[in-house]
Amino acid sequence: MKGTFVDFDALFGHLGQHTVDGLSKGSIYALVALGYTLVYGVLRLINFAHSEVFMIGTFTVVGTWSVLGATDSPAIGTVILLLLAGLVAAAAASGATAVAVERIAYRRLRRMNAPPLIFLITAIGLSLVLSEAFGLWQGRLVKGMPTIVERSVLFTIGNTEVTNIQAITVVAALIMMFGLDTFINRTRYGRGVRAVAQNPDTAALMGVNKDRVIALIFLLGGLLAGAAALLYCLRYGNTRFNVGFVLGLKAFTAAVLGGIGNLRGALLGGLLLGIVEVYAATLTSSNWEDVAAFVVLVVVLLFRPTGLLGESLGRARA
Amino acid sequence: MSDPEDLVSLAVSEQPRRDDLLVVDHVTLRFGGVVALDDVSFEVRRGEILGLIGPNGAGKTTCFNAMTGVYRPTSGEVRFDGERVSGRKPHQINRMGIARTFQNIRLFPEMTALENVMVGTDSQHFTSVPGALFRLYRKRAKPEELPVVDSDNGLVRAWQQTRLAFAKVFGISRHTLEERAGEQKGMALLRFVGIADRANDLARNLPYGYQRRLEIARALATEPKLLCLDEPAAGFNPAEKEQLLKLIRDIRDKGYTVLLIEHDMRLVMGVTDRIVVLEFGKKIAEGPPAEVRENPKVIAAYLGVPADAS
Amino acid sequence: MTETLREINDRRQRLTAGIGERVRALPRWQKVLGLLAFVGFLYYLPYLGIPGLTWFRTDYIPQGNNWAGVLFSCAIYVLIAIGLNIVVGLAGLLDLGYVGFYAIGAYSVALFGSTQSPVVEALQNRFGLSEQWAVSWAICIPLAITFTMISGVILGWPTLRLRGDYLAIVTLGFGEIIRIVARNSSWTGGPQGIAAIPGPEGAPSADNTIFGLIDPKPWYWLALTVVIVMVFAVRRLEHSRVGRAWLAIREDEDAAAVMGVPGFKFKLWAFAMGAALGGLSGFLFASRNAFIEPTQFNVYLSILFVAAVVAGGAGNIPGVAIGAFLLAYLPERFRDFSEYRTLAFGLALVLVMLLRPQGLIPSRRRARELADRRKEAPANV
Repeated sequence: MKGTFVDFDALFGHLGQHTVDGLSKGSIYALVALGYTLVYGVLRLINFAHSEVFMIGTFTVVGTWSVLGATDSPAIGTVILLLLAGLVAAAAASGATAVAVERIAYRRLRRMNAPPLIFLITAIGLSLVLSEAFGLWQGRLVKGMPTIVERSVLFTIGNTEVTNIQAITVVAALIMMFGLDTFINRTRYGRGVRAVAQNPDTAALMGVNKDRVIALIFLLGGLLAGAAALLYCLRYGNTRFNVGFVLGLKAFTAAVLGGIGNLRGALLGGLLLGIVEVYAATLTSSNWEDVAAFVVLVVVLLFRPTGLLGESLGRARA
Repeated sequence: MSDPEDLVSLAVSEQPRRDDLLVVDHVTLRFGGVVALDDVSFEVRRGEILGLIGPNGAGKTTCFNAMTGVYRPTSGEVRFDGERVSGRKPHQINRMGIARTFQNIRLFPEMTALENVMVGTDSQHFTSVPGALFRLYRKRAKPEELPVVDSDNGLVRAWQQTRLAFAKVFGISRHTLEERAGEQKGMALLRFVGIADRANDLARNLPYGYQRRLEIARALATEPKLLCLDEPAAGFNPAEKEQLLKLIRDIRDKGYTVLLIEHDMRLVMGVTDRIVVLEFGKKIAEGPPAEVRENPKVIAAYLGVPADAS
Repeated sequence: MTETLREINDRRQRLTAGIGERVRALPRWQKVLGLLAFVGFLYYLPYLGIPGLTWFRTDYIPQGNNWAGVLFSCAIYVLIAIGLNIVVGLAGLLDLGYVGFYAIGAYSVALFGSTQSPVVEALQNRFGLSEQWAVSWAICIPLAITFTMISGVILGWPTLRLRGDYLAIVTLGFGEIIRIVARNSSWTGGPQGIAAIPGPEGAPSADNTIFGLIDPKPWYWLALTVVIVMVFAVRRLEHSRVGRAWLAIREDEDAAAVMGVPGFKFKLWAFAMGAALGGLSGFLFASRNAFIEPTQFNVYLSILFVAAVVAGGAGNIPGVAIGAFLLAYLPERFRDFSEYRTLAFGLALVLVMLLRPQGLIPSRRRARELADRRKEAPANV
């Protein structure tokens, strides 16, 4: 019983391989987690509907590719075109959805000065509406899509093979992370965001347009979720109306793990969560990866009640 | 004010053991590189009203938080009744006998005024979930504790008689006795601070002055040995301040020791027995109001403005 | 058009507000009689045949489910809502994994009461008991309550020190873990679940005269009785030191601690009591169903529970009961729209929150009725 339940050989025999796999899985979590973290950092609100923002991104990718007549493994030029088109369309759709959600629901609640629980329930309601709308419109079955990028081994280090999709995922996620970090820390808009995160009322007095900043936050989160949706499509090759629920849950876990409200925390949390899941799946079976993820979360929160890096969008070192 | 006899139970029992109730013993508090309190020492004596004053940023609130256990001193210690304060949980510190109010009012807004005070009286009580659910812990009822039979309606009267018989046979649960005691004491306290007319209003619907007074009543309900008031007069007009002064004196006369943090010099001068002055985290003066008022350091600290001009 | 609508709405509001005030103004004994009449009506509900009201029955529509069976599910949901209300409405702790307790309650009776459960089989082998042996239903009740309370404490002990939003995600994880464990462990019957779960008359069989598989009416009455007893119990807690402590923690935890409220202890109690009610609910569900499987305890369900509780009016027993009742009832009554029911539920949630954020029947923090209130109320101070 003992020997079969936990299989250390499977893990440590290919540790590098599993780490790479975990990193690429975690990159997607991290990108979605950023959406949660941005909104939480400024509004102290769990945007439960963010998972559906991501879901809409995946459907947009599918739609865009089918409109452009994508087929399995096209020529390299077409691949780049399709990827770019998918990225732009998904980011636009997700960003628009996120902003719309803010305008339709949250802004009203903010005006009413509603307690956090009301925000949360509204977000849950919106999440149900969006995912069900897609369930009714696109059907409830798994939706496949053409394999734009054929999986192939890009390079090998020791016994660790890195595939092209893994490389694209990790690199793309890191670039976007870096871009966001720069945006928040270096630009005028980013300064507005940090100001509102620290003290909304003072920021408003200093001439920061709070509504604009909040819309910007939702837009940024949506754009990143759109990018994550494209990477998800590359990695898994399918989507479904309720794809957002589990992924959103994981991403939120990642955000909390790293310290919700903290951008670098979201990256760290996402990558860590991805690795933990892959390790756990290898050690036991994929049935237990979610359990491992949550156990790690609880243990981390026990010792660091505000996550690994703490909450600090407001503090200058976002 | 109301008749004093229902406040008898509120008075702190006399303990002529030691004069010093709370001792701040060479307390230093650093946050990172910032020294918020620098080797501050003073004591609060039993039965006095001590004022803690200082200009903005002098460390009054920090000192207050160190005294009530919110912050742990970097060095030195705070002793209350000979026991260390720091390292205990807030509710344990309350049980030691320190109660406080907040500078920015922190009532329980969705609870009535009476319920707010009863949260304070509950700290004396023991009923927990099993006690409230099953009410098995019962005492023989004294005659005045038995349920009354007073209705003219036959049905209701029958029910009341059943209850009476039940109480005679099985006694009265601790839960009921505690609820009753809490209610009575709560009402007595509300009358004492002068807001009994709004006892059944939600705290958030009370006028500002009532809310401040309710906070004091709630703190008193925990039967503290030391009552700490954090700028209780903030936002009051002169007439209200005058009433507050009277209330603070009344509280002292009931046998409580009061620590008063206040910005308003006139208020502090008018009510306190002794004053401690802080500036930049250091104690710069200590003594009776008249003496402190003349202290050149204190005058300088308040930018040379004579104390009674503020 | 809009004018008339507004007028109607205004008149309706005046009317309903008037009703509320008139009811409150009634003498207490009349209120008690009214309540008794209402309870009597609830017991009569399975036979509902009053002309005009039969429209509400679910078996009058094509392929409608047995009316009493639907009522039983409603009662189960109401019980869950009452338990969740302690945690969310009174103590203000956001518990998104409440379904975990429901599952633990259900699995308690399944694992110990069913002759087909791996646990019972192991016990039979270990102690050489007959193949018909299993823990009796009545003993499973305290077992289920104990297990769920313990699990509530185990979940709460490490996590209740966390701030609200962190608690939400950790409890959500807990709910998910319970389901995953149930699905992937051999001792829980795995994905196949467990059958032959006993009821008050023992293992399910055709010989059971009252609590059988065919007629759900006795089950409904049993569940309704449990609900009434639990409402009574929770009200006792609400109007005691415990209830005040919960409210104080909900309103301002730090201030409560400074006033001598041991926050952690009472939060733990809130978790344990909420868990016990959820477990009891799961217990009844499993007994009635005689069969459970892990998919019935999806964590999605607990999000729906929380939503129903808040939309109904957190902190107020009638409010949360209505919320839970509608959550169970509407999909059964409007089966034609079953495809759209989740969508409609989501829309309803958003609308309720935007238009009536305090919930359908908000908690009216009624003034404490004092015996000597009239004597003391005049402003003679």
